[in-house]
Amino acid sequence: MATVSTSVPGVSSKRGVWGGGNEPLKASYGKLMMWFFLLSDIFTFAAFLVAYVAIRVSFPAYAGPDDVFVGSNEYWPVPEMVFDAFPFFHGVHLPLVFVGLMTFILIASSVTMVLAVEAGHRNDREDVVKWMLWTLLGGITFLACQAWEWSHFIHGSDGGSMITYVNNMGKVVTDTVFGANLVVNEYGPAAFAQLFFFITGFHGFHVTIGVVLLFLAFYQAAVGVYERRGHYEMVEKIGLYWHFVDLVWVFVFTFFYLI
Amino acid sequence: MATLAQSTASHDAHDHDHEHHEEGFISKYIFSYDHKMIGKQFLITGIFWAIIGGLLSVIFRLQLGFPDLELHFLKPLLGGWIDESGKLDPEFYLALVTMHGTIMVFFVLTAGLSGTFSNFLIPLQIGARDMASGFMNMLSYWLFFVAGAIMFVSLFIETGPAAGGWVVYPPLSALEQAIPGSGLGMTLWLISMTFFIASSLLGGINYISTVINLRTKGMSFSRLPLTIWAFFLTAIIGLLSFPVLFAAALLLVFDRSFGTSFYLSDIYIAGEALPNTGGSPVLYQHLFWFLGHPEVYIVLLPALGITSEIIATNSRKPIFGYKAMIISMLGITILSFVVWAHHMFVSGLNPFLGSIFMFLTLIIAIPSAVKVFNYLTTLWRGNLIFTPGMLFSIGLVSFFISGGLTGIFLGNSAIDIQLHDTYFVVAHFHLVMGSASFFGLVAGVYHWFPKMFGRMMDNRLGYIHFWLTFVGVYLVFFPMHYIGIAGFPRRYYSWTGFEFSNMYEDLNMFVSAAAIVTFAAQFIFLFNFFYSMYRGRKANQNPWRSTTLEWTTPVLPGHGNWPGEIPTVYRWPYDYSKPGAKEDFIMQTVPLSATPESNLPHEQELVKLEKEIMAEEQEVLVANEAKS
Repeated sequence: MATVSTSVPGVSSKRGVWGGGNEPLKASYGKLMMWFFLLSDIFTFAAFLVAYVAIRVSFPAYAGPDDVFVGSNEYWPVPEMVFDAFPFFHGVHLPLVFVGLMTFILIASSVTMVLAVEAGHRNDREDVVKWMLWTLLGGITFLACQAWEWSHFIHGSDGGSMITYVNNMGKVVTDTVFGANLVVNEYGPAAFAQLFFFITGFHGFHVTIGVVLLFLAFYQAAVGVYERRGHYEMVEKIGLYWHFVDLVWVFVFTFFYLI
Repeated sequence: MATLAQSTASHDAHDHDHEHHEEGFISKYIFSYDHKMIGKQFLITGIFWAIIGGLLSVIFRLQLGFPDLELHFLKPLLGGWIDESGKLDPEFYLALVTMHGTIMVFFVLTAGLSGTFSNFLIPLQIGARDMASGFMNMLSYWLFFVAGAIMFVSLFIETGPAAGGWVVYPPLSALEQAIPGSGLGMTLWLISMTFFIASSLLGGINYISTVINLRTKGMSFSRLPLTIWAFFLTAIIGLLSFPVLFAAALLLVFDRSFGTSFYLSDIYIAGEALPNTGGSPVLYQHLFWFLGHPEVYIVLLPALGITSEIIATNSRKPIFGYKAMIISMLGITILSFVVWAHHMFVSGLNPFLGSIFMFLTLIIAIPSAVKVFNYLTTLWRGNLIFTPGMLFSIGLVSFFISGGLTGIFLGNSAIDIQLHDTYFVVAHFHLVMGSASFFGLVAGVYHWFPKMFGRMMDNRLGYIHFWLTFVGVYLVFFPMHYIGIAGFPRRYYSWTGFEFSNMYEDLNMFVSAAAIVTFAAQFIFLFNFFYSMYRGRKANQNPWRSTTLEWTTPVLPGHGNWPGEIPTVYRWPYDYSKPGAKEDFIMQTVPLSATPESNLPHEQELVKLEKEIMAEEQEVLVANEAKS
């Protein structure tokens, strides 16, 4: 007996919503669990973003005009000048266009997720499968975009920047640095790249889990598991997770790219 | 008629099948989905860890109390950690203290206490057949088991287990070069804690969802036993604070293994500059204590809930101030998240910020005092029955008072700066959080042992265990206040190098001797526990004449808890010694309409509504029967 039925027949409405014998929040235990897990996950991300802010404010901001910005580990870089590349538009200055596109794709996949959940309420298997597929594609596209974004961030610009830093051998060196790793990067202080990799990586990990879950739900919906079960609650639960991942991205995006 | 009878018969057969379903050894005792078995698994594992944690403390107390003692006799156990001259290795001393803290706080008083009683009692006391998700519940135990196994292995590796204190502050814990314990031992510590956090997360969301969704008919939140309130709020605290520890630990993992510098900046080791710049060790302290302080209440609240239940039952009186108890627990829950920096008064915290945290900290004295007064007023003029569980509960109240008072001193930033790194703090938290929670745990075991194993624990052994432990705890921790005020630093391997400290040598010796006796007394409990499990006096269905739902189940409930329908609840859980009632307790399952002689005026008014509800539900039941 893995789970126990939560609906007890014959509970008088006079007992009130919180009188026991019912589901007071009109949500099954599975949905409640997902909500509480997400609540907990909010605190994980909040801790990371607090760490980001704490470290970032310990560095001075770049004070000069944007058009003469050069990377240096003396001050925090300007995001528009760092994230300005777009695939196949090499050398063109397109500030935040690519990440804007990524964000749009992820938010669009949340919209298709809503449509999948709505189709689930109607027990419309075909529609569920269709919208799940679109959501899945959105998720995979987002991950692919992030892979490109990371790879570009790691390889860096054509010119690089002159940076003075302590290398892995404990020696102070001044060198032209291209791209980024966890020790040094051409854009700004080492912490800038470390936080970028860590936090967007942690978010990307969540998206990856989400894509796996989406695929499982897509598959089960397609072969009719949910139809036989009589409801599409699993789609709804995964939907909650997917919207959460989306929402977190909005915050990550704001912290890394906008401010 | 025939079809009806037939269908009822098949229905019965189905039910029958359900309850007496023969389970194999593995699915019954190892990978069990049954909340009662999982609770017992947590308990046994917790006891195992308590013995290890206690043993470690005895070893380092030997060093502190008898610094000249030759410890050759520990060589078989500790091997190379005892050097040629029979002295304990100073590095290993730090590891012992670290492991003692980690094991006691997380494995014994979090998993052993919450894990045992939340699992065991929530479904039984709210009237549910099991936890919301039995599978996740099982997973929660086994993740805890894996965490324990990894931590256990770390005790035996060559460089020793983690040694940076249970708080594992960087940079000490982040740099392998710093101390031997920051090598592999620290890595294993972090892996183990990751499993532990996952386990407590799975457990927590299960407890919360179960309490919200699976209460039986009539079990509104205002009729929940205070135990359930405590477990519910504990689970919420854990749900919101453990992820922050997870975040802190993950950042530390990256600093240790991948060369980032989230917590590291401007460090020279042996004259060599490290490349790390830009991080802040104080950031770790903030993240850690955002969990670390709520953790105190994760440990304490379940013990307080258990105490409420046991004191009310054994005083034969309703708990004094049921609503006040709930409100103060809610207050503690909320406040626990906004006081963390009082652990950081000596970290260079801005004194103004310190005064804000001091103010918030001192507010916690109010709900804590409310709880203490409610315990005392419940005891006041009650028909006290001194069962071992009751004695341990009263012991908890005593520790909560004496340890809580020193909390008022330490909450003041000006005094804390003097006392922070001394034994005064050790005395404070061992009384108010360590011993109090431990007493709650033991009280719970004595009280619910008959429900767990169908037998009674021996009372006389229980009394001996109680008095030795109660007096022992005070003998161990009370002198530490004096030692601390005199300026003894905590976490030091040896203090005999300082002239001023020599006059307290005898007091330290006394503390160590008392600690050994107190530890030895726990084996009386262990004997009682395992002996009674097989040979104890058989328990009846309701040995403490208690009101709550778990005592309506059979003596040894099967999987599903109640053989028939789940009982309905009609009243709050504290109807003890009600004027006019025949017995000195009325169970929660007795309708108000059945007790007109003892109903209070406002209850009498509810009788009409209660009858309507009963009639309505009976109708539906009959209709369903007819349909099938």
